[in-house]
Amino acid sequence: MTWRSAKVVELRDETATARTIGLAVRDWPGHIAGQHVDVRLTAPDGYSAVRSYSIASAPNSDGRIEITVERLPNGEVSPYLTKELMVGDDLELRGPIGGWFVWRRDQTEPIQLVAGGSGVVPLMAMIRSRASAGSSAPFRLLYSVREPGAVFYRDELQALSGQGNSVVITYAYTRMTPKDWPRPAGRIDVELIATGTWPSNLRPTSYVCGPTSFVEHATDLLIAAGQDRERIRTERFGATGERK
Amino acid sequence: MAIISRGFAGRRSAAEAKLPPGQYLTTDFPVLSAGPTPHISLDRWEFTIDDGSKILKRWDWKSFRELPTETITVDIHCVTRWSKLGTSWEGISLDVLLADIKTDLPYAMFRSYGDYTTNLPLKDVVNKQAWIAFKFDGADLAPEHGGPARLLVPHLYFWKSAKWVKGLTLMPHDKPGFWESLGYHIYGDPWLEQRYSDQ
Amino acid sequence: MSTSMNYLDGNAAAGELSKIFAVDITSAEGQCANCGSKRHFAEAHLYVQCPGLVARCALCGHVLLRCSNIRGRVFLDLRGMTYLSVEAAPQEASN
Repeated sequence: MTWRSAKVVELRDETATARTIGLAVRDWPGHIAGQHVDVRLTAPDGYSAVRSYSIASAPNSDGRIEITVERLPNGEVSPYLTKELMVGDDLELRGPIGGWFVWRRDQTEPIQLVAGGSGVVPLMAMIRSRASAGSSAPFRLLYSVREPGAVFYRDELQALSGQGNSVVITYAYTRMTPKDWPRPAGRIDVELIATGTWPSNLRPTSYVCGPTSFVEHATDLLIAAGQDRERIRTERFGATGERK
Repeated sequence: MAIISRGFAGRRSAAEAKLPPGQYLTTDFPVLSAGPTPHISLDRWEFTIDDGSKILKRWDWKSFRELPTETITVDIHCVTRWSKLGTSWEGISLDVLLADIKTDLPYAMFRSYGDYTTNLPLKDVVNKQAWIAFKFDGADLAPEHGGPARLLVPHLYFWKSAKWVKGLTLMPHDKPGFWESLGYHIYGDPWLEQRYSDQ
Repeated sequence: MSTSMNYLDGNAAAGELSKIFAVDITSAEGQCANCGSKRHFAEAHLYVQCPGLVARCALCGHVLLRCSNIRGRVFLDLRGMTYLSVEAAPQEASN
């Protein structure tokens, strides 16, 4: 797996702190939803930093991918990618990487997606992959965020949940809820798993992604609700969400 | 050849003081760890010195803290290139811990809770060159920085200053510890930039 | 901030380990040499805030794999696993 060059072709703000970066990648071999790329930045004196970012876009054959980067308060790379980077700049990346935390279009079983914050990115790739393939695999997303302004892909998720053959989406707000929200702010819990995820007798395959503590908590809840550990796939983003 | 990223400088700041080659100055205190932070209760903590077959000395926390201590201010240099100057510690000198030990074994493997190890020549931990430190900056050493106690050997790269230290084993020959067996230099002098084992 | 959740998982090691393994490491099955549990490598707890990469058993904490990258040369220690089992045939990006 070699480092390839990629050109920034589009920049799109998702929230006040997160930005989607569209990249045209030289000789891109294609990818499977859930995979990630490693991005390497090199300073003029040769110092380099590498970070992993999940691919947000659906598999396609036009050599373009999108990643969504959240700016971390003490980050070394994310401030550069979310504020400094401009259309026309070059990035180096390696990938696609990963064969376990992936959803393949020939999967037909019910799928449970559980996202904590920026953990929604690879799961969005799965949702987009399903849509572009015209798959009718039953999909549910439980999406936990701090507050309404932190939701990524809001309009697109809204559109996808309104159609036939839709993705059923449940939002959980941990710090601040929208006005008149029926559930007070708080972490996901037993009750939310019971009402917001596929029942275990449907034997779904689950994908849980986000900060490490979120993944451990959500996985414990799914297992307690009767989900089979072997059918839960996880991807951890570290304590603060930075994967280095 | 890597693509240079326009406008990227990383986290480094300009070095003003004299630093070993390849280092940059930091004012924070990065936490590096190869595993979860062990939480060792003081009533189970012990420090032992053995020669590979028998235990020569053992202290529990109470007897350890009855030993004479020193406060020292030293510069520390990490192989990942950050240096932190003027760090203040309180600890017990290895000269005190090794005082009654007569040995001709010239090397030591320091052992930590959480299975980290690092090797040192014995002559590098005596003569006021090494301490078992339990306070940093006047406060009890935090678990993430190696508390209750860590080895402090400031003249070598900081991976030699084993966190959560629990003892040392005297050895006849030098043997590589955790990082030394994975491509890092067996000795690690930052002023000679001895980072890696291919040097 | 508590550092008790200061780990990633095997997914984050895949890029670095692609220098040694021709096939995807995350879906490889490994057995912990300490407790005997068998898990996919993606589920291992991965520590990267150190001069290398250390994967530990999610169940018992034993070191499964250690890896460092020294000037482009990769060092690998797999002694913590009784075995690592991968599919020999390369996986195509089958979409």
